[in-house]
Amino acid sequence: MPILVVTLGVMLTVFLHAYVVGFMGDTIEMNARFNNGHVKLMTRAYAANMDQSPNDLALLGVDSLMAHLNREYPGIAWSPRIRFGGLVDAPDENGETKAQGTALGMGIDLLTPGTPEPLRLNLEKSLVRGHMPQQNGEVLLSETFSQKLKVSPGDQVTLIGSTMEGGMAMVNFIVAGTLSFGVEIMDRGTILADLTDVQSALQMPDGASEINGYFHSGFYDDEQATSLAATFNDALKENPDEFAPLLMPLRQQGGMGTYVTMIDTWSGYISLVFILAMSLVLWNAGLLGGLRRYGEVGVRLAMGEEKTHVYGTMIVESVFIGLVGSVIGTALGLAFSWILQEYGINISGMMKGASVMFPDKIRARITPQDFYLGFIPGLFSTVLGTLLSGVGIFKRQTARLFKELEA
Amino acid sequence: MRTKRVKLLILAGVLLAGMVQAQDAMVILEKVDRNMSSDNRVMESSMTVHGKRSSRTITSRSWGEGTKKAFTEYLSPASEKGTKMLKLEGQLWIYSPSTDRVIQISGHMLRQPVMGSDLSYEDMMDDRKLSDVYTAKVSGEENVGDRRAWVMELTAKVTDIAYYRQKLWVDQERFIPLKQDLYARGGQLLKRTEMGDVRQVQGRWFPFTVLYKDMLKQGGGTEFKVTTIRFNDKIPDYIFTKAALKQ
Repeated sequence: MPILVVTLGVMLTVFLHAYVVGFMGDTIEMNARFNNGHVKLMTRAYAANMDQSPNDLALLGVDSLMAHLNREYPGIAWSPRIRFGGLVDAPDENGETKAQGTALGMGIDLLTPGTPEPLRLNLEKSLVRGHMPQQNGEVLLSETFSQKLKVSPGDQVTLIGSTMEGGMAMVNFIVAGTLSFGVEIMDRGTILADLTDVQSALQMPDGASEINGYFHSGFYDDEQATSLAATFNDALKENPDEFAPLLMPLRQQGGMGTYVTMIDTWSGYISLVFILAMSLVLWNAGLLGGLRRYGEVGVRLAMGEEKTHVYGTMIVESVFIGLVGSVIGTALGLAFSWILQEYGINISGMMKGASVMFPDKIRARITPQDFYLGFIPGLFSTVLGTLLSGVGIFKRQTARLFKELEA
Repeated sequence: MRTKRVKLLILAGVLLAGMVQAQDAMVILEKVDRNMSSDNRVMESSMTVHGKRSSRTITSRSWGEGTKKAFTEYLSPASEKGTKMLKLEGQLWIYSPSTDRVIQISGHMLRQPVMGSDLSYEDMMDDRKLSDVYTAKVSGEENVGDRRAWVMELTAKVTDIAYYRQKLWVDQERFIPLKQDLYARGGQLLKRTEMGDVRQVQGRWFPFTVLYKDMLKQGGGTEFKVTTIRFNDKIPDYIFTKAALKQ
């Protein structure tokens, strides 16, 4: 029974810690997927003005860069993207402007068989009308934007933007589908096209604004990302070229550093409060366990067993209970956390409609702390409870033991 | 009583001097306008955009009538060839042969650079005479290269203008702007232009090269060179129609 109590307490501690870390980290992951990547490769010149997406400073030779990155960093999935701005114009039946609006656009790999980008951005589930682009020349628009332009899937739109060299880019596209992003600024005017179409439209052959890197675990690891970027950039520090590649971890992009720190701190606080509460419960269980054995201790003392020996065996027992309970509890907690991490709880049914910027699943995240965190309440609190309750053994007087036992 | 009269005379003198100076400044500005503006003109030019990575040259032929009508056809490079722009009464249409569409440019797109240059569509659109949209005063004299120039402070007197204030260096002999600093209402320097290769064409002085520099943009600026220019030619009316864009 005591082992079961400790097991349950430890399991809950581990599982809830993994859940809190996963839940709090979801916002970071959404930013990483859509914008920042876990790490992002850009030219130094582009990185200095990255908020403006200056494509004249974009990466070139992306194919060879991708080959190098895939070879040197197999633990990371790399995805080149182009960010751009422009005007989207919808024609009427005479080819005259029917409506137009300013757009923020992104070129991503939508057409390569098995491309991870649509899944990473939850595009298919966020489709409101139409279908995913199936061939070159097809684009996705945000639903609100498509309504503003009065276009439907199958209609033609013209993108007017700037080429990499600053010239004018005017390209016709067919709207394949419309999306809900769930964020007003993106719903107002977003266009998504296949990377090769954008490369061709903006005259960026073998170019990309950035190459985002994603850890295969699916989670941002700040330590790993920072160290990876430092090693990569160190190797190029002697290169004076302002167009040399620069690897930037998510933490160093825009305001994400503050956000990562804030989420770390808050998930730490929430976990601490829970661990303290669980420690009190198990400490109390240890304490009560000691008190419940008042009679047994009395018999053992009456039979001539040394007080120190009784105290010692009780502590050894509690260490054993704590250890076994913590090991089993941690294993069970990790198992449940793993299931929640891998499969998640689908909450799309609770929401009005799926969107790109909101996760449709709640997931846990197993971190190294989960392997030892449960031992704080499981082992230390249980033993501490026994240590305190056992002190009473030394206050009991042999002369009164028989009277107590008779009673 | 006598002291009061002297003070009034000094005050009147100061006011008069100010008025004379302002009047002189407006006269200078009108002389500049007489050189720079025309009833119509036909021009061939090249525009070299010095970007951070490379430079590229775009050639074009343009027709202009007064301040409200203009038509430009891009001749090279191949990627821009056949692109045409039409300005009519403050509206701008662009035709691109690759899409075979005529599209009106409006809103914030007017502030975008033309062909990646340091000129915006808004800059290109605004052909109004300086004396029509600015008040002026002469703030001093300076040498620009080997030319003696008036330094003039221009402040907008209309609201629909891209640059609220200008500092203009005007050649004292030829009445041609030699240098121009363009400021936002908040005082930020937005663009700088430097004119050179001033030649006499059909009885007027005209700068054949202009270096535009967008001060908020990296790169080496945009060099605009006039290859040929003819003033007051007869321009057929169909040029300034949307139908001409697709021809």
